[in-house]
Amino acid sequence: MSVTTEKSLDATAIRPFTGETPQADLDDLRARIVATRWPEKETVDDLSQGPRLATMQALARYWAEEYDWSKCEERLDALPHFITEIDGLDIHFIHVRSEHEDALPLIVSHGWPGSIVEQLKIIDPLTNPTAHGASAADAFHLVIPSLPGYGFSGKPTTTGWDAVRIASAWTELMKRLGYTRFAAQGGDWGAIVVDQMGVQASPELIGIHTNMPGAVPADVHAAVLSGGPAPAGLTDEETRIYENLKVFFATDVGYAQEMGTHPQALYGIADSPVGLAAWMIDHDAASMEGISRVFDGEDDGWGLTRDDVLDNITLYWLTNTGISSGRIYRENKLGFYDVKGVSIPVAVSIFPDEIDAAPRSWVEQAYPKLMHYNQLEKGGHFAAWQVPELFVPEVRTGLRSLR
Amino acid sequence: MSVTTDTPSSATEIRPFQVEVPEEELDDLRQRIAATRWPSKELVADRSQGVQLATIQELARYWTSDYDWRTCEAKLNALPQFTTEIDGVDIHFIHVRSQHEDALPLIMTHGWPGSVTELLETVGPLTDPTAHGGTPGDAFHLVLPSLPGYGFSGEPTELGWDAARTGRAWAELMERLGYTRYVAQGGDVGALVTDLMGRQAVEGLVGYHLSLLTAVLAIGDRLPKESEQERAAAEAVATFREDGFGYFLEMATRPQTIGYALLDSPVALAAWMLDHDTDSYYKISRAFVDGEPVGNLTRESIVDNITLYWLTGTGPSTARSYWEDGRALAAALASGQPPPAVTVPVGFTTFPGEIWASPRSWVEAVYPDLAYFNEADRGGHFAAWEEPDVFAGEVRAAFRSLR
Repeated sequence: MSVTTEKSLDATAIRPFTGETPQADLDDLRARIVATRWPEKETVDDLSQGPRLATMQALARYWAEEYDWSKCEERLDALPHFITEIDGLDIHFIHVRSEHEDALPLIVSHGWPGSIVEQLKIIDPLTNPTAHGASAADAFHLVIPSLPGYGFSGKPTTTGWDAVRIASAWTELMKRLGYTRFAAQGGDWGAIVVDQMGVQASPELIGIHTNMPGAVPADVHAAVLSGGPAPAGLTDEETRIYENLKVFFATDVGYAQEMGTHPQALYGIADSPVGLAAWMIDHDAASMEGISRVFDGEDDGWGLTRDDVLDNITLYWLTNTGISSGRIYRENKLGFYDVKGVSIPVAVSIFPDEIDAAPRSWVEQAYPKLMHYNQLEKGGHFAAWQVPELFVPEVRTGLRSLR
Repeated sequence: MSVTTDTPSSATEIRPFQVEVPEEELDDLRQRIAATRWPSKELVADRSQGVQLATIQELARYWTSDYDWRTCEAKLNALPQFTTEIDGVDIHFIHVRSQHEDALPLIMTHGWPGSVTELLETVGPLTDPTAHGGTPGDAFHLVLPSLPGYGFSGEPTELGWDAARTGRAWAELMERLGYTRYVAQGGDVGALVTDLMGRQAVEGLVGYHLSLLTAVLAIGDRLPKESEQERAAAEAVATFREDGFGYFLEMATRPQTIGYALLDSPVALAAWMLDHDTDSYYKISRAFVDGEPVGNLTRESIVDNITLYWLTGTGPSTARSYWEDGRALAAALASGQPPPAVTVPVGFTTFPGEIWASPRSWVEAVYPDLAYFNEADRGGHFAAWEEPDVFAGEVRAAFRSLR
């Protein structure tokens, strides 16, 4: 992946950025996909051993024969991209200012295995609401950074880039862009980052919206991790979430355990496109199932297309960020879903297929200044990507009281 | 991988077996290694993030430039190899009868990421003791099977091939070979298989020897932690669970996910196999980076083992054995029933570099009638491979009273 940025004497200046993929990289990718050496079929009929052989072969066929990266590249090129060095690392971001001058500045942070590709569908509705059935008062100035080690951001060469440090960097980025009063949004790692921004509570940050709240009470969190019995007194809804989380931590976190300990053992996600794709698809059970359906020729129930999924995977491949993106798990010292201590205003949207679809009771305890809580009827862990039509109104409504 | 076996009149017949790898498979392997796309370097100066780039790059260089699979192939083919179908799966095994007619029959089982290649250097000392400092009374008739899904054995296509079933298959194998009174030995997964042969009290088994206390995974929290040695072992178990467990959990929950990369990328496979325990990792790393092998853990023997996995395409099928054993363990724990008692004598050797170097008190807690115990002065998780003479001495001593 070759990139061009304008030369600058000052690394902390904000430099325009254009990504350009050499044809040779795309040819190499296609040749590798075609040359994939396949394992035998899984010994089960479900996803309990990982993405099915038939799914991965359908994905590989489409990727090599029909998929066109240049369409994604065109969409990316149509947006204003920048790079600036923060805390010693080049941070890439998309920055779309609304034509409505008093729009609310908002930084939206992706997670793993996500990227800026996840956020592309929400850019126009959030920055240009009047063209999407909303009012000028719903407008946002939007900043969408790539996490350190992800996409077009630099890859850290030293340890320490955890969610806490990224949170400081995001605040610095917004201030550098001249925003003195802004909000933050996130899911997955992005949610943990915006929670940490909330904990750090820089005076410029006026509130956050999260679709993966850190809201599981300490006793429940401990019971989930130990596999122990549920604490007494949980409601039916709380018990259901407790059970979901217990299954998740018992059977669905192999990828997180591996990246959280030995990310550098995963050479295959740098060397094998299909190896990378399988590793990325095997996220939470609902996402793996939905994305598998997309390639099995069925509806995922959300609206993801094969191109959506491959845009994201191809971005990881071309930037060779499989391992560098996984390192955030190694750096992390925080719980995924426990309460972090956010005292600023918070809006929470719960999408039903999220791993931790936290009930209102937990969320109210976790965020004393809860300004919005809503349970949506569909969507999952990658809500902005899966159900932008539900995600966008949530962001508008959730943050409305801050304007 | 092409193999030659005589055409059987019956699948359960014992058929001679030879390894013959077509040259184009070796060419393809070399090309893939040379075309490896590397990730960025780890951010630390030790193995705490996985397999260090310098180590795996040196391995790749050696693999393509200096290594010759044909030497390994000749070594294997110099031994009498066979296959026979047991319980629907073709089982490959080496069978070396001692010239001493009253030798004790011994079935010895490798583990993960091992194969029959880790046991080759013990064949001489165990079957031909008089040429290796022993007496005719030390002789064994040796049977070295490849686990189902490993090496030249077939890959199960149905569920249920956990270690208990493999243990029953081994009993059938020994019976088919005409051995009515025999002993068994194993480390790693081989220790689990061997122990389950004992607990199922298979016909003909009169004793067994282990080098790994697999029961720690089930009852580790109930073992004594009083003495310095016990505390050190408990700490080693805790470190393994916190930091060395990623590969284990991934294979036990999503063998197919990691399997795609293991089949498609030789370097992915090599790194995944090197990322086992800390002691063996550093010993292996020394062999490549410093040119100073420890014992018999030479570059050649390490790459023999990896190449065997590559050529047989058994990355995912070997990982699946963890999935099967993980489910069996979870079911056993959930049942609340203790495992059946062992009724034959058990011998145990603790090697100092083992993941958890089990103190005698731990081994006695699991095997109250322990018949033999010793702490070897050198050797690690792959003791038979690393220190074949020390290991053979232990096997002789452990079974002496059973002759």
